[in-house]
Amino acid sequence: MFRLRLVPDNTNIQFMRGRYAGLIVSALLSLASVALFFYPGLNYGIDFRGGIVIEARTPQAADFAQLRHTLNQLNMGQVALQEFGSPQDVLIRLERQPGDDAAQQVAADKVRATLAKEVPGTTVRRVEAVGASVSGELFYNGMLSLGLAMVAMLVYIWFRFEWQFGFGAIVTLLLDVTKIVGFYAITGMQFNLTAIAAILTIMGYSINDKVVVYDRMRENLRIYKKMPLRELIDRSINETLNRTLGTSMCTLLSIIPLAIFGGEALQDFGIVLIFGIFLATSSSIFIAAPILLFLGENRLRRGVPAPEGAQQPAPTP
Amino acid sequence: MLYFPRWKTYLIIAVCVLGTILSLPNFLSRETLAALPGWYAGTRVNLGLDLRGGSHLLLEVDMNAVIHDRVEGLVDSARTQLRTANIGYTAINAGDRGITVQLRDPAQADDAVKALRPLSNNIGGGALGGGQPDLDIRTNGGTITAGLSEVALRDRATQAIEQSIEIVRRRIDETGVNEPIIARQGNDRILVQLPGVEDPDRIKRLLGTTAKMTFRLVDMNADPTTGRAPPGSEVLPSTEGGRNQPSYVVRKKVEVDGANLKNATAGTNPQTGEWVVNFEFDNVGARRFADVTRANVGRPFAIVLDNKVISAPVIREPITGGRGQISGSFTAAGANDLAVLLRAGALPAPLKVIEERTVGPDLGADSIRAGLMAVSVGFVLVCAYMLAAYGLFGAFACFALLINIVLTLAALSMLHATLTLPGIAGILLSLGLSVDANILINERIREETKKGRGVFGAMEAGFSRAYSTIVDSNLTTVIKMALLFVFGTGAIKGFAVTITFGILISMFTATVLVRLMMVSWLRQSRPAALPV
Repeated sequence: MFRLRLVPDNTNIQFMRGRYAGLIVSALLSLASVALFFYPGLNYGIDFRGGIVIEARTPQAADFAQLRHTLNQLNMGQVALQEFGSPQDVLIRLERQPGDDAAQQVAADKVRATLAKEVPGTTVRRVEAVGASVSGELFYNGMLSLGLAMVAMLVYIWFRFEWQFGFGAIVTLLLDVTKIVGFYAITGMQFNLTAIAAILTIMGYSINDKVVVYDRMRENLRIYKKMPLRELIDRSINETLNRTLGTSMCTLLSIIPLAIFGGEALQDFGIVLIFGIFLATSSSIFIAAPILLFLGENRLRRGVPAPEGAQQPAPTP
Repeated sequence: MLYFPRWKTYLIIAVCVLGTILSLPNFLSRETLAALPGWYAGTRVNLGLDLRGGSHLLLEVDMNAVIHDRVEGLVDSARTQLRTANIGYTAINAGDRGITVQLRDPAQADDAVKALRPLSNNIGGGALGGGQPDLDIRTNGGTITAGLSEVALRDRATQAIEQSIEIVRRRIDETGVNEPIIARQGNDRILVQLPGVEDPDRIKRLLGTTAKMTFRLVDMNADPTTGRAPPGSEVLPSTEGGRNQPSYVVRKKVEVDGANLKNATAGTNPQTGEWVVNFEFDNVGARRFADVTRANVGRPFAIVLDNKVISAPVIREPITGGRGQISGSFTAAGANDLAVLLRAGALPAPLKVIEERTVGPDLGADSIRAGLMAVSVGFVLVCAYMLAAYGLFGAFACFALLINIVLTLAALSMLHATLTLPGIAGILLSLGLSVDANILINERIREETKKGRGVFGAMEAGFSRAYSTIVDSNLTTVIKMALLFVFGTGAIKGFAVTITFGILISMFTATVLVRLMMVSWLRQSRPAALPV
């Protein structure tokens, strides 16, 4: 009977050998991400920075030079034009206009009118105009939900596992999130509300993955009372390896179509999630587990009551 | 874990069948739906504006203007009150949140306070009185300050926003937009969603006009070209344009208020063919209008809209019927819009559009197509993997996945939740996340089989051991999505909604339903080994 296995059964890879390498590489990448966050910084979308985005479809292939020239004459600061999808589709981005929130509206209307006049037959397919006060609030709420999500995860893991697990999970999450931010900085993708959703999703996915591996460690802690922690962690990772990779594969398979067919809005989202799945899978093994090893040696078994598992016949090795 | 009483089996099947039936209206054509009973045909997913096309506007009520209006009113009334009480003053100044009066004679302070007290309104009291005065009057020698209290400011703001929502609703109803959503957001904002509106220009213009209409006399003694007006009058620009008549000097006293209008319609003047707005006053308005026109025959009467003079016709004869006509070189659209505005009433304060998101209908249709494509391909890929990795048990998981999508649709339809583009992404992602449960179970069964357990033992252990892990990992995701739902806005909320439903429902389909299928298969075929 043929069965697709991503890794063979009964692997015995000594992941913990790479514990220093994993942690150091991860820390360095996160540090680099933090640096990238400050310089060159993120490409904030209009959700967070305010401004105007207009998606237009011209009757023939768009003449970018002419469009740029026409729009620049409106004197509305930097106008970014971008083709996407087909040569007829133009994405026009304007900086936040000086003045209050209403100024964005005026500017958006002006662009609409200019397009109608200069390139007859153009259909405006999408308009988004966000003022400073709204974008400020959206940013605040976005950051707040990220912060609260961290805290909620910490509390949940702490509640369900010993504190070493919670600590390991939260440090891993921090390392994960900084790298996603770094990914946004490097690729120059728009950092907007969708990005917050992406980060939250990856956080959820990452924690999900850690929970499964941790669950197994906890179970093995009860079964193999004498086994050194390092060996036990390796064993737990190996045992769950097929599941970890299988789920990553399935999630990946469900996300890839999003990155391919999702259109402008969801394409970036899909790409970041793909990055996030790799990140979360590797951090379960190379970050969360080593942290537990450092924190837990000699301590993790203390206070763990003899579980029901202990009474059961010892599993055959 | 492996035993299903008969009623449970039937219940599980019933849920799946019912869910399928409830999700069906989403796939039927408009004609078929029309033949079905309304309650059933109505259980459809609400498409978000990003999928069906439409305009989302966030409006802000200018609260400073609301307070400014009240303060200006206070200055006027204070002047009148002090004059009638024969109290001399050197100045009355308007501040941010109140007024200050400088008395000529500090000894009159107590009398002045007494005279100013009636300016205060009670808030929060019932018909029998009670409540709190909204003015805080203090004296300091010859200086009297009357400030609006915190409660008063809040009360004003609430009133203003409620009134604004009402007026916005009326104005939008007049434009014939289908199923608009108009809701208060926060303290000073109004959310307006207009499905199917591609160019919200006209609506933005309608909402951006305060439409405060007043009828006032023109001050004939002043020359508007000097740009200065005597006390009690003001210079107002004309909407008529042209350089010859740039402005009017108009009395500040309002003779008749637009609030007394009963009706307004656009029409054409039979003689000139020009577009005009015909209006009709209510009883009070008609009486006042008659009085004013009777006393002022031969003088120009200014029709002022939002501090601009629309026209200032000369009164030829007393108008007693309460009907009149505004002509001001209108276009057809202009006359129509003004009629709409007058019918709907004036906004208590100016509204500003602070956020606009508009999606054209063809982009929405493209997004739906792209979304369906992505979901189908995602589904096929995930199923292919599951089949390759777990064979028959993988097939069970795929069937459960299909039921999961169907039930998610049914749940969204029943709750009339809104499906957005990010919501479709949520459905996709929950495909991957919900097979996680099956992967966990199958891997576990495989492991237990390897440890030498029998067919039933391995199944039993596989399910029971994997279960707590499944609950743990799903709960963390649901917590995240709850946060996203609370703090996210607009389309992003849709992502949180579909993923939450997808995951909660997967707790049923991927575990209970799959278990039922596995157990039924087990009982029927009695295999010697499990096909994992």
